[in-house]
Amino acid sequence: MSKTKPEELKGQVVGSPIHRVGGAERVTGRQRYVADILIPNMLHAKLVKLDCAHAKIRSIDISDAMKVSGVHAVFTGDDLPRPLVRFGPIHQDRPLMAVEETRFHGEPVAIVVADTIDAAEEAAALVHVDYEVLPAVFTVEGALDPEAPLVQDPVTRPEGRFQKTNILDEYHFGWGDVDSVTADLVIENDYFFPMVTQFAIEPFAFMAAPERDVMTVWSAVQNPNFLQKVIARSLGRPLSKVRVIAPDPGGGFGGKQHAKFEPLLAFAAQKLGRGIRLELSLAESFQAVRRTAVRVKARSGFSSEGKFLFQDLKADFLIGAYADITPRIVQKSSYAAAGPYKVGSVRTVSRALLSHTMPSTAFRGFGVPQFNWAVENQIDLASRELGIDPVEIRLRNLPEHGEHFLPDDPAADGQWDQVLRKAAKAIGWGTPVGKNRGRGISMGIKMSATTAASYSIVRLHQDGSATVMAGTSDMGQGARTIFSQIVAQELHTPVENVNVVMGDTASVPFDLQTTASRSSVYMGTAILRACKDVQRQLKEAVARKYGSGDPELCEGYFKAGTREITFTQILDDLFGGVSGEVIGVGSARAEKRRNHPLGGHTVFFEVVCSAVELEVDPETGETIIHKLVTAGDVGKALNPQHVQMQDDGAAIMGLGHAVMEHYIFDDNGKLKNSSALDYRIPTSKDIPRKIESLLVENEDGPGPYGSKGVAESGLLTIASAVGIAVHNATGVFFQELPLTPERIWRAIANKKRD
Amino acid sequence: MSAPGVSISIHVNGETHSISVQPHHTLLQVLRYDLGLTGSKKCCGEGECGACTVILDGRAVNSCLMLAAEADGSNIVTVEGLERDGQLSAVQRAFLDRGGVQCGFCTPGMIMAAEYLLMNNPHPSEEEIREGLSGNLCRCTGYQGIVEAVQEAAGEKQS
Repeated sequence: MSKTKPEELKGQVVGSPIHRVGGAERVTGRQRYVADILIPNMLHAKLVKLDCAHAKIRSIDISDAMKVSGVHAVFTGDDLPRPLVRFGPIHQDRPLMAVEETRFHGEPVAIVVADTIDAAEEAAALVHVDYEVLPAVFTVEGALDPEAPLVQDPVTRPEGRFQKTNILDEYHFGWGDVDSVTADLVIENDYFFPMVTQFAIEPFAFMAAPERDVMTVWSAVQNPNFLQKVIARSLGRPLSKVRVIAPDPGGGFGGKQHAKFEPLLAFAAQKLGRGIRLELSLAESFQAVRRTAVRVKARSGFSSEGKFLFQDLKADFLIGAYADITPRIVQKSSYAAAGPYKVGSVRTVSRALLSHTMPSTAFRGFGVPQFNWAVENQIDLASRELGIDPVEIRLRNLPEHGEHFLPDDPAADGQWDQVLRKAAKAIGWGTPVGKNRGRGISMGIKMSATTAASYSIVRLHQDGSATVMAGTSDMGQGARTIFSQIVAQELHTPVENVNVVMGDTASVPFDLQTTASRSSVYMGTAILRACKDVQRQLKEAVARKYGSGDPELCEGYFKAGTREITFTQILDDLFGGVSGEVIGVGSARAEKRRNHPLGGHTVFFEVVCSAVELEVDPETGETIIHKLVTAGDVGKALNPQHVQMQDDGAAIMGLGHAVMEHYIFDDNGKLKNSSALDYRIPTSKDIPRKIESLLVENEDGPGPYGSKGVAESGLLTIASAVGIAVHNATGVFFQELPLTPERIWRAIANKKRD
Repeated sequence: MSAPGVSISIHVNGETHSISVQPHHTLLQVLRYDLGLTGSKKCCGEGECGACTVILDGRAVNSCLMLAAEADGSNIVTVEGLERDGQLSAVQRAFLDRGGVQCGFCTPGMIMAAEYLLMNNPHPSEEEIREGLSGNLCRCTGYQGIVEAVQEAAGEKQS
């Protein structure tokens, strides 16, 4: 990779692989994550939990816990104000902690607050809970059983036909009449994508402190303004009296999008009038978030020429005990479930099923990898049956740039055949493969945000340096770097002279959230507009001073007649001896559309292709990935190094989902593999021999300089590409993930026996 | 709860600290909360992820698995001790050059593991690098940039 130092760049900062802004802090240990912020005299909290998922709490005895020296309080559900405050981004169904009943393993029944963490931990072990383990549901089948216990009390559910079931929501999308289509080939299969977890390396950590009349909450949240709203509502305060400080997260991947225990901690801090700190262990973080598991029943129809005639998809999403953002995941991923193709008729019926498990939440890909696992396998099976090459069959069904493929949405916004062709070429598609080897290729599409509200303030200081305020969370994707590049480019100042301020609702303007690969496009646009606002003010100053009607903006200076006036000269002229700054304001919004099935259409599609070549050891079932390629339509890479890092990281995360990751519960719903070793994510020894990231850049995106979002990347498609490759290597077709050595070995053994 | 303290003396990044620590506190806890050296991170807390890696008497250790009392008299280098006269170490620089850093939470431990690897094997093969870093988990980068960074620091790749 070429490296260009910022000072060597001549005007073109955007598009250059400059170093990560904040990188030096990260390699030296100076970067402060939430748990690194040490505030004197804070109290420490520990959550009390049960060893099962679903329990009736008969009584809680806190007397022994209260005797521990240094303990200030033990709060239980009985201490929560009535009527109970519940929170959640879709349904407000989650109490601050368990009241009378636990619904998942990891739901706290009490919070202990003490002078030291040692005292809090000692006391937490002395909170005696008398409880009865109740029957629980952990599977799709279990949740749908008419005899199944109801996860949520119907009294707290909205009225309707699902009120007395475990079905939280159901969504129907599609077009055409699937039932009346005559197809040359119909393929029907069930697929299953298990529960996996985000596993950000930074476990959850929170602090809450009342200071004067403001409650300050620290959380590495991807959505500080939404958390502010949740806290304000739960404490009955105006937004202005809640301040959320969101230091850069140590990885988020969607898991840090929504409130977890911040409302509980803020409640305790308010009660005690003291600041409190709560660090979750990794096991507790595993118990807090996961991706939703999905069973997809797919029936797909094809013509003998390989045209996609219909997709008939029934999906059951096994969500957790509370809705969190998952109904939106179900809805949004179902909408474009048939992939980036022109499909004659589509019928998708998806249900969100409650279960006695931790709330599933946003996770990179937002439901798309689960559908992709089913749909791309169906396409691959069709290509086998029809004798049409897997690349060719996809090419026959991709829309052209500008061609509509979803009835209510913008047309295809890229040359997606280029994405497929690039990946196929790089993997050597069509050339012979060795013994026990196989290749797989798959495509995926994700819709980005359908609504948006991003605001930014750019302050050009008198010396030409700039401060940018942007409420995005930089959780590793590199938003700080991209924003610095945009400002450096537009205001002609070195990247080093740009300061990006994020993560403080008291000083940074509103941003809806850091999700859906939206920030470069939406916040990037807001920042770009704020820079244009600064430029406009400078231009007016030049016109005023030099009487030139229309000064021309050049690189770092204005031309007024024959004069060339630099930005810093203008600033000196403007402010003279008194000093000052030019303040630019910008925003980017996408409003709700009532008539659209999703409440708004996406402003861009993220389209990716993955291709893999692997080898399966028939004796052990082990998979060795020889080469992994991802290709994406990114519009314009604002920082090619950052795009590559996002691609590489998404690819390896996808590989984890494909071959090793899944949650395992015991009979009482206790999560059994809640440690790094027992859960397993890829290590440096598990990565492919070769990994390649390829970009299609036609500068046709809606973001600054023609960019699109890029962050979901190979995660959408790696699992299906790997599954198809394993099928090709072994002759065994797999419908359930992960493809562990044991699963592959057993399948090969079964096939031999047959 | 507060047990009688244990007096220890440890040399961290060239500085000697004579302090009283709780007998059950780990070296990681003492580094972070008694000495304020928060560069070393806690993720798993049980020696599986490597985020807390420090170099102790020339060996890479998981500071979450060692009691602080056991470290009495030892010489410890944490990520905060790698800069020399304000200059990043070759490994630190290479992590920036090669895209080995994203969210950065695993980075201090990863860098200490890389420093240790190169101390003992100045010219590791790619396989040896993958092996040497396999006790350090990263969820952002996919490791590719990290492996290349170690190669660059070892002079195997052009900086």
